[in-house]
Amino acid sequence: MLGRLMQSEAVWLFSRSPAAILAAIAAVTIVLGALFAPWIAPTDPYDLSSFSLIDGLLPPVWEDGGDPRFLLGTDDQGRDMFSSILYGARLSLAIAAMAMAIALVLGVGLGLAAGYYGGRFDAVVMRIADVQLALPAILTALLIDGISRGILPRDMHDDLRLGVITVAIALSLWVNFARTARASVFVERNKDYVQAAIMMGQHPLRIMARHILPNILGPLLVIATVDLASAILLEATLSFLGVGLPADSPSLGTLIRIGMQYLLSGEWWILWIPTLFLVVLVVAINLLGDFLRDLFNPSLR
Amino acid sequence: MLEVENLTVRFRHRQGTTTAVEDVSLNVGRGEIHGLVGESGAGKSTIGAAIMGLLPAAGEIASGNLHLDDTDLRALTPMEAHRLRGKRISMIFQDPQTSLDPLMTVEAQLIETIQAHEDISTEAARRRAIELLEEIGIARAETRIRAYPHQFSGGMRQRVVIALALCTNPELIIADEPTTALDVAVQAQVLDLIRQLADTRGVGFILITHDIGVIAQVSDRVTVLRGGRVVEQGPTPQVLGAPEQPYTKALMAAVPPLDRKLDRFRLPRVAGEEEEAASASAAKEAEDWLMSGSGTGLGPALDLSDITVRFRGERRGFLGAREDFTALDGVSLSVRPGTVMGLVGESGSGKSTLAKVVAALVQPASGEMTLDGAPLPPMRSRSRHDPSRRLVQMVFQDPFSSLNARHRVLGILSEPLRLYGLETDAARRERLVRAMLALVGLPPEAADRYPHQFSGGQRQRIAVARALLSRPGLLICDEPTSALDVSIQAQVLNLLKDLQTRFGLTTLFISHNLAVVRQMSDDIAVLKDGSLVETGPSEPFFAGPQATYSQELLAQTPTVRFGPRAA
Repeated sequence: MLGRLMQSEAVWLFSRSPAAILAAIAAVTIVLGALFAPWIAPTDPYDLSSFSLIDGLLPPVWEDGGDPRFLLGTDDQGRDMFSSILYGARLSLAIAAMAMAIALVLGVGLGLAAGYYGGRFDAVVMRIADVQLALPAILTALLIDGISRGILPRDMHDDLRLGVITVAIALSLWVNFARTARASVFVERNKDYVQAAIMMGQHPLRIMARHILPNILGPLLVIATVDLASAILLEATLSFLGVGLPADSPSLGTLIRIGMQYLLSGEWWILWIPTLFLVVLVVAINLLGDFLRDLFNPSLR
Repeated sequence: MLEVENLTVRFRHRQGTTTAVEDVSLNVGRGEIHGLVGESGAGKSTIGAAIMGLLPAAGEIASGNLHLDDTDLRALTPMEAHRLRGKRISMIFQDPQTSLDPLMTVEAQLIETIQAHEDISTEAARRRAIELLEEIGIARAETRIRAYPHQFSGGMRQRVVIALALCTNPELIIADEPTTALDVAVQAQVLDLIRQLADTRGVGFILITHDIGVIAQVSDRVTVLRGGRVVEQGPTPQVLGAPEQPYTKALMAAVPPLDRKLDRFRLPRVAGEEEEAASASAAKEAEDWLMSGSGTGLGPALDLSDITVRFRGERRGFLGAREDFTALDGVSLSVRPGTVMGLVGESGSGKSTLAKVVAALVQPASGEMTLDGAPLPPMRSRSRHDPSRRLVQMVFQDPFSSLNARHRVLGILSEPLRLYGLETDAARRERLVRAMLALVGLPPEAADRYPHQFSGGQRQRIAVARALLSRPGLLICDEPTSALDVSIQAQVLNLLKDLQTRFGLTTLFISHNLAVVRQMSDDIAVLKDGSLVETGPSEPFFAGPQATYSQELLAQTPTVRFGPRAA
């Protein structure tokens, strides 16, 4: 099994693409760091007793006045930046991955059905998708946030913020999946193997799931990767604007928002380090997406 | 004029290199048509690409000399080679659908090409273009030139491609399967045109094709290729009239004759070469299983009466009415139990549409169908559980798209057994699938592989196995071999014929190849523009077709004139 994998086209192309290797290393490091944050991070940024104001605004270790306890320095509260970033990335990635999963299931499901049945169902789904596309993602998120604020009691709203932001991101991403799935289904639907299945009288759900879906996974996988990067950015944007996660459970976007206050004050690390971290993460995921796209589209090689 | 000496082309890839063409020499003189014939993978197109200097990046000319008059084609710089292409060597591609730019008028494409090679005014270039179109037989060239490629028919489009190849007065034209995508009638016209251009303009042609009939019809000299090597070479009448090499003989024998009916298709197999042995005992099991399901031993009778199919057309303008297209116009047809009905006609005649109506893939506007007297519901009203879903099975034209690439053969073949509840036990299903593979001449291990690991012919066998595993009564074969080489065509057709006789399958056999249809069918029906032209028993039809259209159709089919007459 492993031997066959090592000989596969994908592995061979991967080994010849320095950008993909670097991107994979960066992405895997960050994801592992985020995943195991509670074990790696020196302090727990959520635990108010673990840091004190005395340690506030310390620069990273390599700067003058750096403290070896705080690798990347501290913020005004004396929180360790390194720990904050790991925990922040953990939250960001979790929200992005969840939103992407929801968007994937919703979009692929609707796209498959729209492409398979065509006609009125297709028209309705695709018009909804068009409307969705006309609204910028941030606007959708603000709208959902606003509505949820309006209809939910205040204390419940705080608890549900995570869910609200996830749904908001998912809603602005599903259209991509739906459109791609639908277009691919149109191509596959007319191929003889699908015609054969229809002729035999197989159940439409089975035809869609067992026959068509595996054949259109390639492009969907590419979109999923690229959209994961968008989801991370979207979450960061929303948090930056203040509709995302509250300051007591900071995601990368929240960290950047807090850091903004120190943009011109000399304490550059509070803003720049989480920003750089976010940039590296998003670029790495995008590069991996590009690599996958090339892999599934041999004409671009 | 063109001299190719000891050409060897290699392709580099991850596992090393493969030799696609080995030690091939050939000459083409002025006004001469040199045919390159062979099965797929014989290196025909690679030779053409090497001469053009258009080998794919992984390919390289390992050795040999290429000369066009005094020019050494191998010594050219990329820029010189670029100027030479189009100017002195042109190319005609297989599919006129894709070799013309759909967004440019024919005029723009011709003028662009002429001006790319010559410094003349647009007006002069236009005049030249119109002359060219007239020369290749496009009527009212002056107005037609302003049309877009899609406004021409397939044959006319191929003429435009030829005009495009001619517009710089090249010395050599490489025609890569120029008529494969065309109907017989159109094919004959295009071949005539090529012959005429060679004679009047003195253009040398390299005609690449897998169809010996085409070679026999127009070429002066022929090179028979196999596995990248020259098998036989010489003047066409000599090579095809008295072939010396066993492979050439075998290749010619594999072309089904139009003028008589044989019991079996002959395989282009040279004596002593590998013969695939299917395990007989396993095949027996599948055979018994198939037999155990059928009652009378003969398939059902299929009766179609007054089938009409309309496709919705485009709206003409925003408020304009739709112009519907009538694909089938009141076709009535009876297929007797256990016999083969051959359905012939040009593309667009509605053959495939008729098959799809029976298979419930297309909804007819009107008409009745019965299967053994019981009404056969059309697409919209045929439920998924209708018994005809199992009884009516189809073998599609393209075995590369009719099998799901993501499933193993076992999964593909188990599906009908599971779906129709023919075999509920998974282990029994697997056993039966392997037995069925043996019956269609594949090793039982084939079940564990994916479709892409098989050749076209093998895939078509898998498709046949899938159809058989529903224990069908009526088999629809829609051009089952037109995507395959002659040799493989013979194997697949023999298989179909054997199975049809053994299991008494009622069969609807669709093909544009009249010779193939003659070998396969008991009855025949000729379709033209959606209407039935003639129908009746097959042998009398081929002996003396009644309708004028049928006579034309028979006359246009190219035959191997130099072929050995004795069986």
